[in-house]
Amino acid sequence: MMALCGLGVLGQAVGLNGRLAATEAVVTGGMLDLIPAFDWQKVVVAPWTVDIGLYGWMMLMAFLVTTACGLIGNYLLLRRLALVGDAISHSVLPGLVAGFLIFGSLGIGPMLVGAVLAGVLTTVLIELIHSHSRVKADAAIGITFCSLFALGVLLINVYAGQVHLDAECVLYGELSHVPWAEQVTVLGVSMPLPVLVMGVATGIVALLTGLFYKELLISSFDAGLAAAFGFRPRVIHYTLMAMLSLVVVAAFESVGAILVIAMLILPGATAQLLSTRLPVCFGLSVAHAALSSVLGVHLGLWLGCSLAAAVVVAGTGLFGLAWGVSLMGRRRVEIESGSA
Amino acid sequence: MRFLILIALLLLTEGSANASRIGDVGEVDAWGQAVRFFSFQDASLRLALAGALLVGLNCGLLGGYVVVRRMALVGDMLSHAVLPGIVLGFLWAQTKDPVAILIGALLAGAAATGVSSLLARTTRLKPDAIQGLVLASFYGVGICLLGLVQNLPTGAKSGLDKFLFGQAAGLSGNDVMMMAVATGLSLVLVGWLYHDLLALSFHRGFGQTLGLKMGLLHGVIMLLTAFAIIVAMQAVGVVLVSAMLIIPAATAYLLTDRMHRLLGLSAVLGMAAAGVGAFGSFLGNNLPTGPLMVLAGALFFAAAFLFSPRHGWVTRVLRQRRRRARAERENTLKAMHRVLEDHGLAGVSVREGVTLAELSAQRRESVGESGERVRDLVRAGLATVSQDGHILFFTPAGEQRARAIVRNHRLWELYLTHAASFSPDHVHDQAEEIEHVLGEETVRQLSRRLDFPEVDPHGRPIPTVDAIHGVGAATEKGGLGYQ
Repeated sequence: MMALCGLGVLGQAVGLNGRLAATEAVVTGGMLDLIPAFDWQKVVVAPWTVDIGLYGWMMLMAFLVTTACGLIGNYLLLRRLALVGDAISHSVLPGLVAGFLIFGSLGIGPMLVGAVLAGVLTTVLIELIHSHSRVKADAAIGITFCSLFALGVLLINVYAGQVHLDAECVLYGELSHVPWAEQVTVLGVSMPLPVLVMGVATGIVALLTGLFYKELLISSFDAGLAAAFGFRPRVIHYTLMAMLSLVVVAAFESVGAILVIAMLILPGATAQLLSTRLPVCFGLSVAHAALSSVLGVHLGLWLGCSLAAAVVVAGTGLFGLAWGVSLMGRRRVEIESGSA
Repeated sequence: MRFLILIALLLLTEGSANASRIGDVGEVDAWGQAVRFFSFQDASLRLALAGALLVGLNCGLLGGYVVVRRMALVGDMLSHAVLPGIVLGFLWAQTKDPVAILIGALLAGAAATGVSSLLARTTRLKPDAIQGLVLASFYGVGICLLGLVQNLPTGAKSGLDKFLFGQAAGLSGNDVMMMAVATGLSLVLVGWLYHDLLALSFHRGFGQTLGLKMGLLHGVIMLLTAFAIIVAMQAVGVVLVSAMLIIPAATAYLLTDRMHRLLGLSAVLGMAAAGVGAFGSFLGNNLPTGPLMVLAGALFFAAAFLFSPRHGWVTRVLRQRRRRARAERENTLKAMHRVLEDHGLAGVSVREGVTLAELSAQRRESVGESGERVRDLVRAGLATVSQDGHILFFTPAGEQRARAIVRNHRLWELYLTHAASFSPDHVHDQAEEIEHVLGEETVRQLSRRLDFPEVDPHGRPIPTVDAIHGVGAATEKGGLGYQ
C-alpha cells in the first residue's frame, strides 16, 4: 500500500524536480555542476528495493515527525501561536542541556523532562513579560526564546566535554545521522529505536488530539465559550505547549530546531488553504506529511543534501501547489460571481 | 557615534588573526585576560570588539523601529530567510566575497518580504503563520543549497558555517568594514528621515496626508534592517541576530516614552551588551561571543523589566503600595478631624487630642488596627501620641493634610450634587475615592466653580484654603506645646 502510494507520486516528483533543475540552471548559468545528474536507479528505485531497510525507516520517521508536528500545528495556526512554536523549538535547548547535566545521561527520560519544563517555562516567561510590562507579545516572544537559546548554546560550549549535544546538530538535524543501528523488537517487528520513540510520540499526539477534539476546537475558536463550558482554557493552553515541547524534542534529532518550525506550520497552512473544515484539514495535513516525506527523501538522495531540509523543500513545493490551486479556485469564484 | 566609526575604520588597517573565540589565543587566567582586554593589544581583539560594538549600535538603532512597529519577529524571519541568498551569492562569486554574499542575501530578503506580503494579500493565513512559513521554508531551501555547495569539488565551505553561529573573533577587516558601512548608512538615513520614519511608525495615515511615501519608507527601513542583519550574522549567528534587534530596543522601550531617546538608549544598550559579551567571552576559553552578548542584553532587559522608573514591575508594585499606604494615612487623619469636629473643636485648637477608642469607633475597626494606623501616622510625622499611648494629636503638617483631604472630599460631594445632579446620599463613596487624587489646582477650580462654598451637602463646613494654609503659620507663631 505504502509502496504503491509512493510510486504514484514519483512521477510527479520527477517532473517537479526536473523543472526545478531547469530553472536553477538558467538562473545560475555556469553552475550546472551544482545539480548532480539524475540517477533513476539510485534515486528512485534503490530506496524502494535494495535500501528499503534504511530509507523505508527514514521515510517513516520523516512522516511521523511531520504528522505529529502537523496535527499540533493546525491548532497553533488556529490559535495564532505559530511563532510560539518557533520560540519553543529554540528554547527547549537549555532544557535538554540542563536535563543532561542533572541526570548525566542522554536517555529519553531526562531529555523529555528537561524539554517539557523548558517549553512550559518559555510560555510562562512570554506571558509574564507580556502581561507585566508594556512590551508587546511579539517582542516578548523574541526576547524569551533568544535568551533561552543563547543560554543553551553557552551551556553546550561551557560543558562541551560532557555534553554530547552538538550545536550544529541542533540547528540542522539530519535524518541520516539518527542512530539507525539501535534496533528494538516490538510485537515481533524489529525496528530502530528512534522510530519507535517518534512513533509513540506521534501516537500520543494523535490520541490526545482525538480525545480532546471538542475541547481543543472550542477553546481555539472561542475561549470565552470554552471557559463557560468549564474547559479551563489555561490548562488546555499549557497542555498544548507541553505536548509541543515533547514533539519538538522527539523531532530534534532528525530535523533540528529550525526546520521543525517548517514541519509545524507547512502541513497546517497547506491544509487551511484548501479547506475550512478542521477534520478535513487534519486529513490534508497527514496527506501533506506523507507526500512531503516521501518526495523529500527522494529529492535529498538526488541532490545529496540534508534529507530533513529536502523534506522541507518538498513540503514547501506542495504548499506552493496548494497556493496555486487556491488562487485558481478564488479566480474561478470571482469569474462566476462576476458573470452571475 | 561618529567617533566609533572612525575607530572602526582605523582598526581596519590591521591584519586579522583567525581565532575561533576571542579568548582562544592565550592563557585562561581570568585576571590576566581582563588586563589584556583593556589594554587592547591584540589586533584580532580590536577587530572583534569594533565589530561587536558596530553590530550593537546598528541593531539597537534599527531595533527601535522594529519594536515600536510590532514587527519584532520580522528580524527573525529575515535572518533565516536570507540563507539561500547567502549560499547563492557564495556560489556565484565562488569565494566568500562579502559583496556578492550581501547582494544575494539582500535579494533573498526582498524575495521573502515579497512572498510574505503576497501571501498576506491572497490567502487567509494569519501574519504569524506567514512569518513562520516563509522563515522555515526559505531556511530549508538554504540548508539544502548549503548541502549542494559542500558537495561541489570547488565548494570549500570556507566560512559559510560562520553565518549560522557567528564568530566575532573570526571577523576580518573586510567584515568590520561592511559593518561600519551598514552602521553609517543606518545613522545617516535615520538622522535624515527621522520625522518621516516617526510618522511611519506611529501614524501611517497621517504620514500619507503629509504626502510622504509610506511604502517607500517601509522599504527603506526593511532594507536597512536586512542589511544590518546580514552583516551582524557573522558576529552572532542566524538565530541570535534577531535578539540583537529586539532586546536592546525592548529594554529602551521600558525606560522612555520618547522616540528619539528610545533610539539613542537602544543603540547605547546594544553597544553595552555587545561590549560586555565580547569582554565576557575573552575571559574564558569556552565562552562564545554571540550568546554572551545576548545574555548580557537579557540581563539589562530583566533589570529594566523589574526596576524601570516608570514601567518596571517592582517599581509599579511599590508605587501602588505607597499610594495605598498614603490613602490609608489620609483616611486616618480624616477620621481624627471628624472626631474633633464632632466635639466642636475642629480648627479651634490643635491642642485637643483624639483617643484611640474614638478613632477606632470612627473608622469602624478594632483598637488594635487603629493602633497600627497611629504608629504609621507617627512614623510619617503627621501625628504624635501622648505618653500613655492613648491620646493622639495632630502635628501641624498632619492637621494641614487632614483639612486638605476633608476639603477635597466635601467639595467633590458638593460638585456632584450641584453640577452632576447626584442625590446627596449617593456622593460619599465616590468622594471617598477621589479625595486622594485631586490636585491642588483642580480643587481651586472646583471651589471657584461652586462659588466658594462654605458647607457641603450634608451641612458640614468645608475647610477654606486659608484655614489649611493658615494653620502652619499659626502654629509656628504660637509655638504649641505638644512638640
